[in-house]
Amino acid sequence: MLDKEGIAKRIAKEIKDGYYVNLGIGIPTLVANYIPEGIDVVLQSENGLLGMGPFPFEGEEDPDTINAGKQTITILPGSAIFDSALSFGMIRAKKVNLTILGAMEVSENGDIANWKIPGKMVKGMGGAMDLVASAENIIVAMQHVNKAGESKLLPKCSLPLTGVNCVKKIVTELAVLDVLPEGGFRLLERAPGVSVEEIKNATAGKLIIEGEIPEMVI
Amino acid sequence: MNKVVSSADEAIRDIEDGMTLMLGGFGLCGLPEKCIAALVRKGVKELTCISNNAGVDDFGIGLMLKQRLVKKMISSYVGENVEFERQLLSGELEVELIPQGTLATRCMAAGYGMPAIFTPAGIGTEVAEGKEIRNFNGKDYLMEMAFDADFAIVKAWKGDTMGNLVYRSTARNFNPVMAMAGKVTIAEVEELVEPGELDPDHIHTPGIYVHRIFQGHDYEKRIEQRTVRKK
Repeated sequence: MLDKEGIAKRIAKEIKDGYYVNLGIGIPTLVANYIPEGIDVVLQSENGLLGMGPFPFEGEEDPDTINAGKQTITILPGSAIFDSALSFGMIRAKKVNLTILGAMEVSENGDIANWKIPGKMVKGMGGAMDLVASAENIIVAMQHVNKAGESKLLPKCSLPLTGVNCVKKIVTELAVLDVLPEGGFRLLERAPGVSVEEIKNATAGKLIIEGEIPEMVI
Repeated sequence: MNKVVSSADEAIRDIEDGMTLMLGGFGLCGLPEKCIAALVRKGVKELTCISNNAGVDDFGIGLMLKQRLVKKMISSYVGENVEFERQLLSGELEVELIPQGTLATRCMAAGYGMPAIFTPAGIGTEVAEGKEIRNFNGKDYLMEMAFDADFAIVKAWKGDTMGNLVYRSTARNFNPVMAMAGKVTIAEVEELVEPGELDPDHIHTPGIYVHRIFQGHDYEKRIEQRTVRKK
């Protein structure tokens, strides 16, 4: 079974040289720490930056320089800064190659819910609806089951949706799965020490298992 | 063509109860903090505020909420403050949550003189309820209307007396698109300079969009999430 860092490490392997990548808040943010050596990527922050760098050294924080999670960050050489409309323009125009974000639920047809729990304080969707509506390559980083032990990979989302038919791949503490265009979660890899049976039990939606399922290499 | 006013109080002098304001900034970054302070001093009420966020309890739009100046917030992400949550749950405050790109682009549309935009953001979700949907090349898009704001209030790094603006780093965010979108646009700047001192090639907001400008002093520029690494 993977911890959060492990999920981030596994997702980092999906990033290809030359990609522009948007990372959401939470586990996705950790992915930046594990981008393989020799892979050149540019991180997009939707508040208006291409070329996000690591956190600043203590004492070097600049209040004018933050990421979409409102954290102080640095700006790498070769960066570009722009306004919010242009930022979502490049997202809508599919210039960003990969979007990695968290989710509360994903359905077997690729719907995602990650912004609202009815009855609880609603903070808003931020840029998530724009990202999932336009991105062609969306990877979801999340726990396979919620705190109550219920599967988050469902036949149909129960929570209000963020977007429809958009998730392409999911990486959880148990598995890597594809969401097939015709519907269904196709099991691609098992986390170290996790059996196919355990993944079956944790997946409420349609799970497709073809042949031997390899253990993931991290 | 001198657009300079003496202070934030003078800049916002004719903002009245019930008006719709756009306020630039992302979180607490690039926030027009001098005009927010002036609005709190003036005590105008029943405002509709279009701004990506709603500040924190003791800074940004949170200060306006505390004085109960705001009737409605139109934002993409809120709730970083206790008072906001209290007013929302008690029904004193109305909140319309919209996708961040939609928010930015509805500002942009106003500044570009376009009545509406089409975006896929929100298709298949509750955001789409009651809105016109058009299909282009096999994909559904929501029609979203350009904003109509009485005043846009933005913060820039430098500006000249003709209203030309330059922003710094990610404090740019919503400021340029909101600057374009107000019937009246107020810009507060850290440094006000004479015409000719800014390179015309480097202007982010052309002065034609800006009606009033002033230099603020002693910007607090509070940090919302201070994240650092060790040396």
